[in-house]
Formats: sequence, C-alpha cells, structure tokens
Amino acid sequence: MRELYEFAVGPMAWAAFGVFLIGSVIRLISMYSLARKKDGPFLSYMSWRFGLRSILNWLIPFNAQGWKENPLVCVTTFVFHLGLILVPLFLLGHVVLWDQYWGFSYPTLPEQAADIFTIAVIVACLVFAWRRATNRTLRFVTTGQDWLVLLIAFLPFLTGFLASQHVGPPLVMTTLHVLSGELMLMAIPFTRLSHMIFGLFSRAYMGSEFGGVRHAKDW
Amino acid sequence: MGIEQRRIDDAGLARGMAALTPEKIAKTFQALIAGECGARLRTYVETCMRCGMCGPACHYFLSHDGDPSYAPVGKVSETMWKLLKADGKVDPRVIGDCAQIAYTECNLCRRCMHYCPLGIDTAYIISVVRRLCHKLGVTPMYIQDTAHSHSATLNQMWVKDDEWTDSLQWQEDEARSEFPDLRIPLEMEGADFMYSVIAPEPKFRTQLIYQAAAIFHTAGCNWTMPGTPGWDNSNMAMFSGDAEIMGRVERYHFETAQRLRVKRIVMGECGHAFRAVYDVGNRWLGWKMHPVPVVHSIEFFWELLDQGKIRMASKYPGPVTIHDPCNVIRGRGLMDKLREVVNHICDGVVEMSPNREHNLCCCAGGGVINCGPPFKNVRIVGNKAKADQLKATGVQTCIAPCHNCHGGLEDIIHHYKLGMKLKFLGDIIYEHMEKPGAV
Repeated sequence: MRELYEFAVGPMAWAAFGVFLIGSVIRLISMYSLARKKDGPFLSYMSWRFGLRSILNWLIPFNAQGWKENPLVCVTTFVFHLGLILVPLFLLGHVVLWDQYWGFSYPTLPEQAADIFTIAVIVACLVFAWRRATNRTLRFVTTGQDWLVLLIAFLPFLTGFLASQHVGPPLVMTTLHVLSGELMLMAIPFTRLSHMIFGLFSRAYMGSEFGGVRHAKDW
Repeated sequence: MGIEQRRIDDAGLARGMAALTPEKIAKTFQALIAGECGARLRTYVETCMRCGMCGPACHYFLSHDGDPSYAPVGKVSETMWKLLKADGKVDPRVIGDCAQIAYTECNLCRRCMHYCPLGIDTAYIISVVRRLCHKLGVTPMYIQDTAHSHSATLNQMWVKDDEWTDSLQWQEDEARSEFPDLRIPLEMEGADFMYSVIAPEPKFRTQLIYQAAAIFHTAGCNWTMPGTPGWDNSNMAMFSGDAEIMGRVERYHFETAQRLRVKRIVMGECGHAFRAVYDVGNRWLGWKMHPVPVVHSIEFFWELLDQGKIRMASKYPGPVTIHDPCNVIRGRGLMDKLREVVNHICDGVVEMSPNREHNLCCCAGGGVINCGPPFKNVRIVGNKAKADQLKATGVQTCIAPCHNCHGGLEDIIHHYKLGMKLKFLGDIIYEHMEKPGAV
C-alpha cells in the first residue's frame, strides 16, 4: 500500500498535472485554430467588454433568467463550483503539500470552513444525481458520460472527507483520495468536464453577439 | 413522448425520404460536419452538461406540460447528437424525424440563450440540422416552395416583376383619393431611404403599403422603392437551410439599395426579414455588418415621432399589450424604442410577463408557419403558453410589429378564443395621426 501511495503522490502526480495542464493547453490551442479556420467570421465578433459583461452577469446567482427559473440548479451549481475551486486550492492539507514539495505556501481555509465546503460539494453531487435520476428532461437526455463525470467529481470529495474524518484505514483512504483527484485532473481536458476550459469562451462569444450585434442582454 | 409518436405526413418530407439511402445520408452528413462546422458546434456538443435548465425557456416545452422531447436540449439530443453519435449512419426515417423537429418544433427564437449558463446556441445547432435536411432534400413542401420562389423570382411569393410595380401603382392610386399628391416613388436614385417589404405585402396585405406610403408622405420623407427584383427583404431560404439562395437574395437586396444610392434601407414591420438583412445575409456575403445601414420600422417610426414629423391626432384607445418579436428584440434590442412608440400612440400599456428579451415566442417564426397547413396545429397547440400569457393581460389589443408574429398570434387568438385585436404599429399610426394633406 505504501508503494501505491508513493506512486500516487510521486510519478502519478506528475503525470496527472502534466496531462491536465498540457492536455488543456493543447485542446485550447487546437480549438482556437479550428475556430480561426472554420468560424473566422464569428470569431471577429468577440469583444472583451461584452464577453466579460456576460460572464459577470452569469456569475451572479439568480441574475440570469435561467437561474431564476431553476432555483435548485442555481443554488446547487454555485455551491458546487465554489467548493470545487476553493477546497482543492486552499485546504490546509493541500497547501502543506505545496510547501513540503516545492517550498511555497499561501493562506488557507479555516478547517471548519473547508469541512463545510466539502460537505456542501458532496451534497451538491447528490442533488445533481437525484435530479439526473428523477427529472424527466434529464432522464431523456442523460448519457453514460454524464454519470461518469459526476462520479469523477464526487470521488475526491468523498474520499477526502472520509480521510479527514479518519474513517477507514488512513493510508488506503488517502491513497484513494489522491488517485481520484488525479483521475479528475486528467479527465478535465477529455470529457464533458472540459466545460471548465471552454465554458468561459462560449459564454463570452454569446455575450459578444448579444452585446455588440444584437444590443440585448443574454442573461 | 418523442417524435415517433407525433409524425406528420408532409409531401415534401415523404418525397425527400424516399429518395435517400443510408450511404447518401452518411456521406452528406460527414461532408457537412467536416466542411461547414467548426469550433462552435464541437464546443457546444462537448460542453453541454445535460442540466436541463433550458427546458422552461421553450414555449413548446411549456405548452406540452414539460414534455422533455420539446426541451431545447431534448430536440438537440434527438437530432444533432443522434446524428453525431452514429456519424450520420442513420435511416432515412431518422432524417425525416430530424426535419420535422428542426423545421416545425423550433422557431430559432433563441429564448433558450437566456437559460444556458454555458452560452450554448441551440438555434445554431438546429440550423445546422436544417442545413443537413436541405442538402438531403428532406424539407417540408410549403417552405421549400417559398425557397423555390426566392430562387426563381427573388421574392417569397412568386410575385412577377410587373405584378410588383402594378401593386405599388394600384396602392398609389388608392392613396391619392385620400392624399391627392401622394406618390410611391419608384427607382428614385439618391433618396434618403429605400423602403423594403416582404412579399406577402404586395400579395395579400397590400393595405400595409398604402399605410406606409401615407405615413411617409405625411412625414415629408424623401424615399423610394425599387422597381426591380431585390425589393423583397424576406428570406425563407435562410430558414430552409439553403444558404446559397439566402445569400443570393440578400446580395440582390443590398445591391438594389446600392444601385439606388440610398442612404439606408428602412424595413417594414417584419422580424425574420430583419434578421436576414441585419446579421445573417451579410455574414454569408463576407460583411461583418450589413453594407447598407438597415433600420427596422420600430426605430424609423420612433424617429418620425421623436422629430415631430408625425404628430398623433388622437391616441389608440387602450390599454394594449406589447408582443416583443424575437428578431428585433433579442436580435436588435429595440424593446425600449418599441415601448416609447407604443406609449406615445396608445392609451396605456399592460405588459406581458415575461417580456422584453425574455418574451415568449409567437411560434410562427423561424420558418415554422411557412411549413404550411400540415403543421398548423403543431404551432397552435405548441403555443398554449403564449395564449395564457396574452389572456393574463386582460386587454383587448395586442401590438406586434412583425408579420410572422401576426400570423402566429392570430391563430392562437382564434383557437384559444381570446377575442383580442392584433395591430401593427403602422395600423395605429396611420389611423390616429394628424393628416394635414388629406382630403
């Protein structure tokens, strides 16, 4: 087990960050060059002002019409993404690792806040799963990949929470946590999780069209 | 639930499907994706999280009690995703189903843009499906007929060249009994603007040309209409997926305005025509924005009233409600000017909810009404939501500055027995303006 752990925090971590970073950059560059080649006229409407205006307006809960009419999705989505960004980056246990391996550190989340965010993400995943299983529209359009990416996002938080609460053998739980986190990183460029890379651009494009050409808001 | 339970017989779809083979479908689909589609489609398909938030955006979805096959994501799932998953290797029947969904169950109104956090353009995806169906020759008979008409005559309704000028002179004659010195100036080079209309105006709503001429005459406008093809600003080829004919029609339209050396094009109260001229045709032709300034009637009437060129003798007895046509509101942001005009010419406004950019569609636009009688009930039953919205205002008159919206709203007003009157801005301005030159 020890070897597996060493592997997970050693070569595997390099591989995971490598796949995530290089994969994301390659996907972004290839998508951009495809856009230049095939969607050139549309690319020309891209505008910083209207793109950012659209992104900002969609980042305000209950601001866009879609959020207003889907209150449960709105709350769940914001809580989920907030936790998804804050906990991995600012958890004390993670920052300690940066310090240990690379010798730098930065402010961390209070333990209690981290616990709350972790639980919130776990609950949000359960809400997403419940919707996916019961909502008529979702049942009509859901594919295997939708369940897979939900599971991929869920596992690091579940195992991390269990490890932090000392449930199960600590080494096994921690190893599972590290591996599931690495799985998620590697999945981002190549699954639907790539909306993390492309989402801002598709939003900004819509904002640019609506702002610059249609003179109407897109939220 | 699902298109299989609601297939409708249409001669055009049946004929198209009969001529297809799976090989031809796959080849055409693969060529379309490789040749015409790029990063937009790929991003949309890949990043859609299947969250279902877009469901309540769609009037079809709302009118069918949340039937998921009418949700924007449901329609995309049943068409483009299905085709992509199979790499186009599907039976002709699937193409027939795709055509019925894409042409008759989506108005391309883009209301769902306000519901998708990722900014996925469902209307674009459905347009690509239509493009495929067009390339495969599986198009509803009626809309295909209008595309043929565009191809042969450059107008939507087979209006012949002499019938066009004849209709204008007829309306000029009629109007001169009210305004003795009124002219409908034809081919007047260097006029301030070219007035362009959709072909249904000379064909069967000729009084609208009379009204417009009366308003321009009273306002002392320096205007003209073309005496040649290129006068029709409508464009059903845009909706049938025939981008080549769409581009030809728009090129003629712009070049007609340029030949007449007018300062701008003023368009009648039509939405889809505005979309074609304002931001679709120009892109196909390689212009970032339209090469000749384009003004919709709402904005032009606003100018005439604002500058005092038209004065109202009385107000239309209200209250009225305002229908926001997608192509000039979501498409051009004229919601404030529309309200200022209506408030100026009518006695009180009761707003619908939701309104402005979030207005519910008329369910006729996007070429749906042009798919003709076989699909009439699709758009009437599919727009109960709008009927409920109209009814909730409790008013007797609805103002809709768009021809397609008139067609769609008339049908639901009749079917759901709403007993409402439907008006263009021009109807009211003509009726209630001061007419100093009239006898």
